[in-house]
Amino acid sequence: MSLRAAVITFPGSNCDRDMAAALEQVAGTPPLRVWHGDAALPDRLDFIALPGGFSYGDYLRSGAMAARSPVMQAVVAAAARGVPVLGVCNGFQVLTEAGLLPGALMRNAGIRFVCREVALTVANNQTLFTAGYAAGQAIRIPVAHHDGNYFADPDTLDRLEGEGRVAFRYAEPVNGSARNIAGVLNASGTVLGMMPHPERAVEPAHGGIDGRALFEAAVAALVRA
Amino acid sequence: MKVRVHVSLKPGVLDPQGRAIHHALEGLGFSGVADVRAGRLFELEVDESVTDAALDEMAGKLLANLVIENYRIERVPA
Repeated sequence: MSLRAAVITFPGSNCDRDMAAALEQVAGTPPLRVWHGDAALPDRLDFIALPGGFSYGDYLRSGAMAARSPVMQAVVAAAARGVPVLGVCNGFQVLTEAGLLPGALMRNAGIRFVCREVALTVANNQTLFTAGYAAGQAIRIPVAHHDGNYFADPDTLDRLEGEGRVAFRYAEPVNGSARNIAGVLNASGTVLGMMPHPERAVEPAHGGIDGRALFEAAVAALVRA
Repeated sequence: MKVRVHVSLKPGVLDPQGRAIHHALEGLGFSGVADVRAGRLFELEVDESVTDAALDEMAGKLLANLVIENYRIERVPA
């Protein structure tokens, strides 16, 4: 049985092809490609990925316009049914704007766009997405963003930490994120948003393969299911 | 009629852009500025029939992100 995944492309997405390539490499079959204006998703999806980029030119706020596009209604409905959703970078911003994840991603504290490989730690390895890592494992994955400064009120941050919903933390200063949060999960652990780009670290030619375990864990869990 | 929606960061939310603008003002030699917060202003041209409740919904659903921002709606007399 093969993974039936979809990668959503918004106008201004620019990591959709990388995301599709990573999924195809790991799953063995190419994901379906879905355009933002589609009102419905393909049926029987096992996995949905929202890629990085600058959807709608970051108009209004990063991810704000994409979060209100027709296809996102379908993504929200699918997530409510338990279909796993991974949002990377702009995809993470879209997930917060759509209300699928708490908090918001603000302008980097240092004002500058940050584009480099960063050190992360795996804060929770008991999830669909992180089961391929050891607890507390140190990994290196690239980031490339201007608005990655994670913000949520202290009560929300406490709740996220208490419920194991912080998936990844920065192990070095990157963008001013509250409590160094690099990736968060929804309450059921089926929606993950993260600023680092695991799809840019899946083969040796990328300079590192620390992102590969994320896709491998998800594919293994979903194909077995 | 014209409606202005003022969107500003909530108190306590760090504003890197405001801080950079503040530093730039100091760099230009302006003194006495204690703080700068950057916000946004939307000017909407709407029918008279558009209710306050509808404007409120527009601001809360799209114009402002209530996780980090507050908004204030101002109907501008013609």
